[in-house]
Amino acid sequence: MSRLLAWVLALVFVWIVNNQIHHFIDPYILSIVIFAGINIIFATSLNLISGFTGQFSMGHAGFMAIGAYVSALLSTSFFASFPQLFFVVIFLSGCIAAVFGYIVALPSLRLRGDYLAIVTLGFGEIIRVIILNINSLGGARGMTDIPPLSSFGWVYTGVVAALFMLWRLTRSSQGRAFLAVREDEIAASSMGVPTTHVKLQAFVIGAFLAGVAGSLFAHYLSYLNPQTFDLNKSFEAIIMVVLGGMGSISGSVIAAVFLTVIRELLRPLQDMIGIDLRMILYSLLLILVMILRPKGLLGTKEWIDFVPRWPKKVLRQRRPLHEG
Amino acid sequence: MTEFIQHLINGLSVGSMYALIAIGYTLVFGVLQLINFAHGEIFMLGAFVGMYSALFFGFGQTSSLLGLFLVLTLSMLVCAGVGYVIERFAYRPLRKAPRINVLITAVGVSMFLQFTGQLFFGSDPKFFPQIYSPAGYWSVGSVQLNPLQFFVLGISLCLMMALHRLVFHTRMGRAMRAVSFNHDLASLMGIPTNRVISYTFMVGSALAGAAGVLVGLTYPKIEPLMGVMPGLKAFVAVVLGGVGSILGAVVGSLILGLAEEFVVGYWAPTYRDALSFGILILILLIKPRGLFGKIQIEKV
Amino acid sequence: MSLFFQESVALKVEKLTMQFGWFKALTDVSLSIKKNNIFGLIGPNGAGKTTLFNLLTGVYQPTSGSVEAFGKTLLGLKPHEITRRFVARTFQNIRLFKELSVLDNVLISLDHSSTSKYRGILSSMMQFKSYRKTERLHRDRANHLLEIFNLHHRRHRRACDLPYGDQRKLEIVRALATGAKLLLLDEPAAGLNIKETQELMCMVQLIRDQFDLTILLIEHDMKLVMGVCERIAVLDYGCHIAEGTPLEIQKNERVIEAYLGKGAHA
Repeated sequence: MSRLLAWVLALVFVWIVNNQIHHFIDPYILSIVIFAGINIIFATSLNLISGFTGQFSMGHAGFMAIGAYVSALLSTSFFASFPQLFFVVIFLSGCIAAVFGYIVALPSLRLRGDYLAIVTLGFGEIIRVIILNINSLGGARGMTDIPPLSSFGWVYTGVVAALFMLWRLTRSSQGRAFLAVREDEIAASSMGVPTTHVKLQAFVIGAFLAGVAGSLFAHYLSYLNPQTFDLNKSFEAIIMVVLGGMGSISGSVIAAVFLTVIRELLRPLQDMIGIDLRMILYSLLLILVMILRPKGLLGTKEWIDFVPRWPKKVLRQRRPLHEG
Repeated sequence: MTEFIQHLINGLSVGSMYALIAIGYTLVFGVLQLINFAHGEIFMLGAFVGMYSALFFGFGQTSSLLGLFLVLTLSMLVCAGVGYVIERFAYRPLRKAPRINVLITAVGVSMFLQFTGQLFFGSDPKFFPQIYSPAGYWSVGSVQLNPLQFFVLGISLCLMMALHRLVFHTRMGRAMRAVSFNHDLASLMGIPTNRVISYTFMVGSALAGAAGVLVGLTYPKIEPLMGVMPGLKAFVAVVLGGVGSILGAVVGSLILGLAEEFVVGYWAPTYRDALSFGILILILLIKPRGLFGKIQIEKV
Repeated sequence: MSLFFQESVALKVEKLTMQFGWFKALTDVSLSIKKNNIFGLIGPNGAGKTTLFNLLTGVYQPTSGSVEAFGKTLLGLKPHEITRRFVARTFQNIRLFKELSVLDNVLISLDHSSTSKYRGILSSMMQFKSYRKTERLHRDRANHLLEIFNLHHRRHRRACDLPYGDQRKLEIVRALATGAKLLLLDEPAAGLNIKETQELMCMVQLIRDQFDLTILLIEHDMKLVMGVCERIAVLDYGCHIAEGTPLEIQKNERVIEAYLGKGAHA
């Protein structure tokens, strides 16, 4: 119970900060903080699929795109006069993205490894091309006039909710099933784990959260362009997951924040020479991490594993899952 | 009818470009079981090397066959070198690592080449010099045929034939096939696997480089991101034909090129990129081994 | 009479054939294993023993023939569904969940055992009272099983950090935790020394008695199989060439031929 309370307290804290934040931080910094939050949701949602369940997906931006566009459609039509129902919009768009996650995963999951990667990449691109060809969504021109409903409060409510979901899930019997599939699919199914079902669950939850990230993204920028959700967006999520450690939520959070900040730090230099330096850096990071520290920053560890002795022991007695 | 023949020729010409790239994919996949995502970027590099060398030697002004062959050779050599470097420094350290790590590295190398390409070549499209441009059109009835397209088709056919000879009639080719059959066994038989893998990368990369120059000739607008889509589509072609089979790669590429050309020509131009991925998904679901692929059974 | 017969048979394999392309890995293999037996399956390398296991556990689907466990067919079922029919296996080349703790390895089987209550995403996330109760129950059971195999003190180690012999044991614990009544052990003693092997075989007999199990055992080591098994079947080139008590098998000419070649029994 006390642990649940901690999460609720985190939420209360988010809203207190939300009401006060404009006194302290200038809008530019705030926008970075908000993007970091959106990236946290996006990266951790992919980590559930790739890091915990071991299904390498390269089309994650597609689910984000669906969440973004569906929510933009909803909030400019049905919910246009009810901005206070924003959370319903977020939830619904997440659900639609989850449905797409199911549709994409169902056929793809017969494949493994590289093939799965390339098929998900294909699905991601197909989603983008289809959006590009729907005129009512603005096509290549993009979609404008989305109400700017994403505030610090909403984004970080999303972050807390997503982290709560993933944290609880990955440290439960459900999480063990995810990990079992990652470790050895054949052994897992021989031990009674319905592997296809488990992988589907991971995809659906991952897609749901990516959709949530997308809808928050759409309502923060209030402008959408299919080009935003191209291959590079998917790669960005992969980099965050890989850098932080496949199978570490804390790692993804750190990596998401780190990369968001780095990107902003590089912006002046980038404007000067007109080249996307961020991607060069990202790709170099990716190669170096893979060669020098293949398990990423934190490996499969969580922040809790780095907390000093006594609280760790208490937690260990309660649910020993991850300790090495 | 005129239109149909034109599409047919275009499709074959695009398909043969895909084939040159796809062969590299399939060779590398054969020896390393790795989708070398950076392969499309090597194709891009080939085009740029071709452009810069043509400009350097001043081949752009007049149409010269000798110039073209010089540029082609140079770009193949440079690409082979780049292929070697990539394999040596990005993939070889990961020989014992899980496959997913190698795959991620490949994605990283691909992105690195794309964006450093932008840094060096500039992100706006460049005009590829007309090194060789045969004059006039061949008219067959009402159909006008561009001789350049046939010329390019011919060169790529020659390259494919050379490759076939190399893989099936040389010592190195035999070693390559042995390595792709089984790494450990091959090295136990005294085959220097690392060298064979390097060699395979170089051959594949050289073909991609040639494809870069040939594409530059036919579609003279080149840019640093031009390799992404052809790279992915060549992979689709590989899967379509059956991973690991050279014949499959060629046939798959031609089918894909034709399918694209006809869909674009007759139906929905904006769905060009979605089409190939659609084909990929269908193939993987219906016949995951492709047209010419071998049966694989997972050992338990 | 027939009812009685049905009940006393744990595994019934009839005319099982498996063909990979042109290669016949198994040809018309029939077996019948009585409940509570320890049944040995031997044969030279490549005789099709592991293929038979893969067919029994749903990793491959047979070309023809039938498989029944406890009176119900296993054909067409996926591996995880077969686990629900009280059949579980170990792997010849150890396939533990390497990065997970020993305890987690066992818990995964318990979570999905036929007796376990289904716990979905929502209850995992909210960790309701019933969820926590089941979790506690499983933990106790896992600890109990690990204690039997002397792995209890290592339960928080990663599975891949265990010594080789313990990894083999953990494979058995994990299979046992699925709630299986029929255990298929694929060369459980491979790579163990004599002392470890003997210890393991005692343990196999012990759990058979304690958990009321039927055990089908693949082994290379003839001596070991002779010591522990009540009945033995011999495969050679995918064919069932002999079956009987250890004594009968030792004297069987075709078996000696298969192992040592023609004319060796003189």
